[in-house]
Amino acid sequence: MIQKMGDGLGERVGVFVCECGMNISDTVDVEAVREFAETLPGVVHASVNKYTCSEPGQQQIKETIREKNLDRIVVAACTPRMHEPTFRACAEEAGLNPYLVEMANIREHCSWVHTKEKAAATEKAKDLVRMAVARGRYLEPQTEMESPVIRRALVVGGGVAGIQASLDLADSGIDVVLVEKQSTLGGVMAQLDKTFPTMDCPT
Amino acid sequence: MADVARHPRIELHTLATVEAASGSVGNFKVKIRQKPRYVDVDACTACGDCAKVCPVLLPNEFEAGLMTKRAIHQLFPQAVPAAYVIDMDHCLGTNPIACGKCAEACGVHCIDYDDQEKVFEVEVGTIIVATGQDVMDPTPFEEYGYTRYENVLTSLEFERLISPLGPTLGHLIKLSDRTLPKTVAFIQCVGSRCDDGRGKPYCSNICCMNTIKDSLLIRDHWPDVEVKIFYIDIRAFGKGFEDMYKRSKAAGAKYIRGIPGEVMEDPETKELILHVENGDTGRLEEHRAEMVILSVGMEAPADMRKLQTILNLQKTPDGFYLEAHPKLLPVDAATKGVFFAGTAEGPKDVKDSVTQASAAAARALRLMAEGKVHIPAITSTIDEDLCKFCEVCAKACPYGAITVDRKTKKPAVVAEAACAGCGTCGAECATGAITMKHFTDEQIIAQVDAMLADRPEEKIVVFACNWCSYAGGDFAGVSRLQYPPTMRLVRTMCSGRVDKKFVLHAFAKGAPVVLVSGCHYVDCHYIDANRWTQKRVERLWDQLERKGIRPERLQLEWISSAEGAKFQTVMEAIEKIRRTVTPEEIEHTKKVLEKNLLEVPILV
Repeated sequence: MIQKMGDGLGERVGVFVCECGMNISDTVDVEAVREFAETLPGVVHASVNKYTCSEPGQQQIKETIREKNLDRIVVAACTPRMHEPTFRACAEEAGLNPYLVEMANIREHCSWVHTKEKAAATEKAKDLVRMAVARGRYLEPQTEMESPVIRRALVVGGGVAGIQASLDLADSGIDVVLVEKQSTLGGVMAQLDKTFPTMDCPT
Repeated sequence: MADVARHPRIELHTLATVEAASGSVGNFKVKIRQKPRYVDVDACTACGDCAKVCPVLLPNEFEAGLMTKRAIHQLFPQAVPAAYVIDMDHCLGTNPIACGKCAEACGVHCIDYDDQEKVFEVEVGTIIVATGQDVMDPTPFEEYGYTRYENVLTSLEFERLISPLGPTLGHLIKLSDRTLPKTVAFIQCVGSRCDDGRGKPYCSNICCMNTIKDSLLIRDHWPDVEVKIFYIDIRAFGKGFEDMYKRSKAAGAKYIRGIPGEVMEDPETKELILHVENGDTGRLEEHRAEMVILSVGMEAPADMRKLQTILNLQKTPDGFYLEAHPKLLPVDAATKGVFFAGTAEGPKDVKDSVTQASAAAARALRLMAEGKVHIPAITSTIDEDLCKFCEVCAKACPYGAITVDRKTKKPAVVAEAACAGCGTCGAECATGAITMKHFTDEQIIAQVDAMLADRPEEKIVVFACNWCSYAGGDFAGVSRLQYPPTMRLVRTMCSGRVDKKFVLHAFAKGAPVVLVSGCHYVDCHYIDANRWTQKRVERLWDQLERKGIRPERLQLEWISSAEGAKFQTVMEAIEKIRRTVTPEEIEHTKKVLEKNLLEVPILV
């Protein structure tokens, strides 16, 4: 059996299809994707943007959330590993819980990898949007916790990199614990006579 | 180095390694194990009286074995901390009757043979991993005669040889007769760009420039010494590097395109003979040199595995640590609050190491300056009424975040701060008592249903973990690697979240092929959650076979975020399998698995 998550199903989904300059629109027929998105259950808005992640693109999302009272948004653009935080922040600014954002990756997983199969890529993009809308409607608002950060750092390794990182942190007022496995700092760097390209002594 | 010792905010622990760690970003508790030094660091004046009387002679590893050290020693004069240390494996002095000379000689009485190992804990908000690299060992390349011929050295040994503080006080000599060599030959790419298993396939980044530097030093100081450099191609890509390469050529260093097949020694004269096919002329040539330097590269340290496990870090196939994103998060580890600096992340020179170290410090500072961090909301929750106290979730949780007691029938409780959000507990729970926030059953099934609503026979259902396989797909995209447009990807945080009911549901909906994909075993971002994936898929294969469904239709692949090419290959291979699945087969599967269809309100 599966778990139900209450009855807060999304009924006012906005879909924002990105051209990403030509990165997506060169391969995927974004207008066809937009039209398709409009037909999906729960979708009340679908539009196309040149660059959805740009300031005007985000502005449009925020305005649409407010104007059409959207309860979920789907951004069909790039990988969520890149811009999910962007669109979550954007939603939050418009008063929508950031976890009510879903992305359809129609760039890395579609336009860029099926460049020679435009029709098939468009069909796939439609499916990805349909999947994102279906999942998106089930998304629930979530609250993030905050946790304090101790103002003290551990640096493991006392070669040139560990030394530099320790000094930078310590000079910025952070206490540093520097751990080195040898009996002395220096690492391989200390063994070098001269270093390129300046031919100076590294120690 | 001295700045570190002086800095009031830096607490330096040498002879120390990380033993264990707990907690997470903002609040790590790290256990440090410090070996005894047997010398009081603060009291020692580094006068050296102790070493003068020490009877034990050992090779000095800092001098690449070209000099000796005593059992009580300082590796080099500028060592930090400026204090001696005893190598207790070789010291005679634990029993004062046997020796004890150094303790007698020490004017400040800072030697303590009974010094003990210390284990202590530190609490820190961030961790910078700057564990460096190992210098490659050229002994597997027997054809170069390293260790067989006295005058064949590695580039690091050569570095010590010409150092004014080194074994010869900077005089360039042959080890065989201590005279100036007439010709010094450098062989490049020893151990780097090597595909035969004896070395590493990657370019070590620094060796070309190091040889160019050495050639200039030799030609400047000893203009009569001829320098010959045998190379595949010269990689002088950095700022000021090409200029240095030109200066080396202008200074008379001879560059010969071709790697010698063999180095032989004239047993009488100790002269070294190199046979090489000159790539520019196409002719087989014989060169003679009195000293051969093997330009060795860098490799990941042999002992990095322990820290990798403790901090839950990942490695790239080259053995170095994997950054969270190759371009956008180049110094972050996937483990939040952990950053990389220097060659721990990959071969690089001093300048790049320093640059990356400053970047890592800035990234760490960013968290510490704000003083707080946001913890994502993706954790699991338990429905106490549905829990049957079976304890499977507690066993499955890689973080030990779930407690449940079968005997007292105490339902499962999740410690949300400890939960990392992999969802393995949810996939293993047979009663549906566990809900994974933001990756609920309904959300995932809704995606599968949407995907398979039209022409399911043309679709490949791919479950991919966020960190590796999904990112591997991103990398294939960034690299423009083309593959068949039939696959559709469902993202979960970890492959451990992929419940067997999702797979059976997809087949019952008419999917021809299902792929479950996650991080490589050692790379799992949730410690070892993907071992549960493996077990689950193995059980599914048995189950499918019993039901007369080809197990081949369910695939399991481990794809890392760096493996865009593998992602492409896997998609091509799976498309081939899809083409073998007949409509009759799909109909049969749908009928057999009818009971496994899950009811989710129809949305498509």
